[in-house]
Amino acid sequence: MASAAAAGAAPGPAAPRGRKSVTGTRKTVAALFLLPALVLLGALVVYPIGYSVVRSFAGNSGGGFVGFDNYETLFTDDGIRTALKNNVLWVVFAPTVATALGLVFAVLTERVRWGTAFKLVVFMPMAISMLAAGIIFRLVYDQDPDKGVANAVWVGVHDTFAQSSAFPKAHPGRKSPLVADGGGFVTRDTVRAGQPVALPLVGVAPDRLPDGVRKAVAAKPEPGKVTGTTWQDFTRGKGVGRLGAPDPSEVGYAGMRIEAVKDGEVVASATASGDGTFTLPAAADGARLRLPADNFREPYNGVSWLGPALVTPAIIGAYVWMWAGFAMVLIAAGLAGVPRELLEAARVDGASEWQVFRKVTVPLLAPVLAVVVVTLMINVLKVFDLVFIIAPGSSQDDANVLALELYRKGFSEGQPGVASAISVFLLLLVIPVMLFNIRRLRREVRR
Amino acid sequence: MTATAEGVRKADAVRAVPARRPVGSRIVEKLGGGLVRVVLIVVGLFWLVPTIGLLVSSLRSPQDMSGSGWWTVFTEPSQLTVDSYRKLLENPDITGSLVNTVLITVPATLLVVVIGALAGYAFAWMEFPGRDWWFLGVVSLLVVPVQVALIPIAELFGRIGLFGSILGVILFHTGFGLPFAVFLLRNFFAEIPRELLEAARLDGAGELRLFARVVMPLGGPAIASLGIFQFLWVWNDMLVALVFTKSGTQPITVALQTQVRQFGNNIDVLAPGAFLSMVIPLAVFFAFQRQFVTGVMAGAVK
Repeated sequence: MASAAAAGAAPGPAAPRGRKSVTGTRKTVAALFLLPALVLLGALVVYPIGYSVVRSFAGNSGGGFVGFDNYETLFTDDGIRTALKNNVLWVVFAPTVATALGLVFAVLTERVRWGTAFKLVVFMPMAISMLAAGIIFRLVYDQDPDKGVANAVWVGVHDTFAQSSAFPKAHPGRKSPLVADGGGFVTRDTVRAGQPVALPLVGVAPDRLPDGVRKAVAAKPEPGKVTGTTWQDFTRGKGVGRLGAPDPSEVGYAGMRIEAVKDGEVVASATASGDGTFTLPAAADGARLRLPADNFREPYNGVSWLGPALVTPAIIGAYVWMWAGFAMVLIAAGLAGVPRELLEAARVDGASEWQVFRKVTVPLLAPVLAVVVVTLMINVLKVFDLVFIIAPGSSQDDANVLALELYRKGFSEGQPGVASAISVFLLLLVIPVMLFNIRRLRREVRR
Repeated sequence: MTATAEGVRKADAVRAVPARRPVGSRIVEKLGGGLVRVVLIVVGLFWLVPTIGLLVSSLRSPQDMSGSGWWTVFTEPSQLTVDSYRKLLENPDITGSLVNTVLITVPATLLVVVIGALAGYAFAWMEFPGRDWWFLGVVSLLVVPVQVALIPIAELFGRIGLFGSILGVILFHTGFGLPFAVFLLRNFFAEIPRELLEAARLDGAGELRLFARVVMPLGGPAIASLGIFQFLWVWNDMLVALVFTKSGTQPITVALQTQVRQFGNNIDVLAPGAFLSMVIPLAVFFAFQRQFVTGVMAGAVK
């Protein structure tokens, strides 16, 4: 279409003198072309701005001038204060994290052949609604590690690095030498070097036993050292097995921590091996042995992502998931404009990849980075859906942001005056960007 | 890293035997290249897993969902079922809201394109007093948050009987889509070669004909970007519809939002519903990535 039109075009007359009307339009025609846009903009965008300003000085029921009362509420109301605080968190962290990730992704994808596929994956969340993203992350952040993938991974990692307490329900059986002590257990009597100690417990379900348990064996006496066994002193069936001594079918408490305590101070400690045996140095002679409480804690159950403390960072995480792709695409476009020779020159000069990145790439990209961060900041001020959907009712107050509070005040708490004050406040926050846009465009328009 | 240390290293490199660095850097590159790949694969999975989770969840029965994690389907694929989708599509509330989404999105997109193009053309090629100032005025509205208009327009629509109607939502989206539309199209139209317009004018084309036969076809790429951008924006909107619709006119986003309160019990509605609401935007995204990216880049100020 374009080429056909171009082929039919007569060679232009003299060089055009700026972009002037080609058609010698009458003003009425221009007005007709503009009218629909200007009417809609006037009624739906400009009028509300003015009305909000006026409304923000009126009482909540509509009548009467109340001065700055609504604005005072803005800074005294607890809910709005939380919202303000959270908005600061959002504005500081969401744009910077998204931009930093976008920058790293844009630089890294340049080095692999399937970079485009990667970009597509990261950019895709931009196409879906915040509602859908909210539901997606409600599932991700589910508290139950058997349902929420975030906690499933977190618990997995946690249990790999920190031996989880494996004996939550363990307790002394009949005629046990152990007594309860602050969540753990301690021997009634002091122990002697060279006399093996038995620390029998019961009550751990077989499928809850830790990996690496082996058949329990009675510890051998060692001169000058305190040895012993801790194990599950229970054999299935009535009257089977001896009480207080390891039987063939009984297993050791692998990984149980044992402390030797004298006068309330820990003088030595050890961890039971797979067969339940442990060895303490001579210092333990005359001490009592304690199985501290952390052996018996309930198993680690993951993080309460959507609880009051973490709900805002968790939602910011969902936002970054959605918008890092935006940053990445804009930065990648900027990166394509960076002259390769500059990077090559730096490399030839002996700069490491990190130095090239820090001292050449990033400074050259600074204008793009600024645009991305500012755009995201404006976007973040308006964030509503994600908070509304992801924060469960119980922690929505803790996750509050201005846009959400505006909706609540205006549409469920019947305080349109305060809501208008919030909207004017939001508008004031974006005015610097508005002015920046105008200044930038004024130069362009006057080409 | 201090400047002096760097200076020293640079000096070293200059003095170095030419063969030494390439070998070292090649090894580093090999290792680094492998590391980069691993990092990107891990990050890519990180980005995909949440969406896969939703898709798989939507294909499991509520009983399975309450019992175990969605990832167990990879060991027991027999859990997969489309029952939730079948039930969802028999639910008139959901199907009705999907229809509403279309009824809102299509007109709101077309209106923005047409009205924006008319204004963009006027700003690009017509002469009238204060043209550039009017244009700057429109562009300055780009960053106005929609939240500012919610209360005033809710009261206005209430007075003129538009509250709760689909037309009201369409108008609202059109109004807030226009600054970007005018901005994008005016800049694109301004690049059309003057000769083309003058030639058409010499052929006796009037203003409207010029617009319809020359400007609009030439503006194709920009109009496509704008259309896709606006389409996705309106389709994905929840806030505006939440405020301005009522039970018979609400789009899918609002219909699903009302279910979120009891999250957990109704995952068999939420997961397939959310996925269903994503299908069209994702299809549009994959079919028109290039135009979408153009629109996003042009709209970086929105």
